[in-house]
Amino acid sequence: MHELGVVFHIMDSLEKVAAENEVEGISKVVLELGEVSTVIESYLQNCWKWAAKKRKLFAEAELIVETLPAVTYCESCEKTYPTVEYGKICPYCHSPDTWLLQGSEFNIKEIEVY
Amino acid sequence: MKEVRILEIKQSVFADNDKQAEELRRELKDKGVFLLNLMSSPGSGKTTTLMKTIETLKDKLKIGVMEADIDSDVDARTISQSGAKVIQLHTGGMCHLDAGMTRQGLDGLETEGIELAILENVGNLVCPAEFDTGSSKNAMILSVPEGDDKPLKYPLMFSICDVVLINKIDVLPYFNFDMEKCKEYIHMRNPQAKIIPICAKTGEGIQEWADWLAEEVRKWREEE
Ligand SMILES: Nc1nc2c(ncn2[C@@H]2O[C@H](COP(=O)(O)OP(=O)(O)O)[C@@H](O)[C@H]2O)c(=O)[nH]1
Ligand SMILES: [Mg+2]
Ligand SMILES: [Zn+2]
Ligand SMILES: [Zn+2]
Repeated sequence: MHELGVVFHIMDSLEKVAAENEVEGISKVVLELGEVSTVIESYLQNCWKWAAKKRKLFAEAELIVETLPAVTYCESCEKTYPTVEYGKICPYCHSPDTWLLQGSEFNIKEIEVY
Repeated sequence: MKEVRILEIKQSVFADNDKQAEELRRELKDKGVFLLNLMSSPGSGKTTTLMKTIETLKDKLKIGVMEADIDSDVDARTISQSGAKVIQLHTGGMCHLDAGMTRQGLDGLETEGIELAILENVGNLVCPAEFDTGSSKNAMILSVPEGDDKPLKYPLMFSICDVVLINKIDVLPYFNFDMEKCKEYIHMRNPQAKIIPICAKTGEGIQEWADWLAEEVRKWREEE
């Protein structure tokens, strides 16, 4: 499953950060997840719980996922609109000449450490 | 009480992998090993296409192949019949390969003397698109039975590929697959993508694909 692989990546990255910052443990991890990214939040939470038990640094780490709304830009009428609601076709001028402005992000925002 | 503090990270989840991939790409350039990352859904014809590709290019380039699979070694055994050097990578359930795993694979393959290394990635159109392997070029195969609308459903995959092979054109008469529409959808996502219709079964189109690949390797060698 993709989410598990992603969780391992996040934990690997954060282990490096922890080593560089003399961190004993991580109590909270805040991610930013775009509305139309390829990752599903509930799967991510489940994988996180499973993987966190196996790594000392994350034993008490709570995962918080903040959603970033997806916004599409229309080339034809130069307006923006919510992607999830309208998809590829512009609701204002019905042009298919559109592209995703934001919403596919997947970032580690911050962590709370002790 | 423990003292709690906040560390701002503000980086993409994929940033670490992107960095490792960049390093690997640079090292491979120094060694003169061109790495092709070949992706598709399961069963689109990666292994069959590779067999034909090796047959066509083996007198021109020294080829090594890495077969990524969750657990089996069927594909590696098939490829070994082509005479190319091949190793099997087991991903242990992981649905994609990252730059670190690709590096381990290349170490295992022993790239000394190899000019073209090909990675048959895990069959999946989602996450291999997000994890840069350090490849010089990305190729993907879309087979006719999967439908001409796949570029709309997996935009990221199509946007990162340098070349899209449309395979199994021998079965076109049996499917509602609109070749022109499919090309249009791919170019909507990626105007630069080279598109080559092929039939890995009969070998149709393989020469054009092999020529394209050999030319890319040649151009890459001449780059600074
Ligand atoms: N009809 C037809 N079948 C093909 C073609 N290429 C591959 N296949 C078949 O598709 C199946 C999957 O091929 P394979 O190369 O193993 O796909 P992979 O999973 O992507 O490596 C096999 O049964 C192949 O014989 C083709 O061009 N035409
Ligand atoms: Mg295969
Ligand atoms: Zn994956
Ligand atoms: Zn519009």
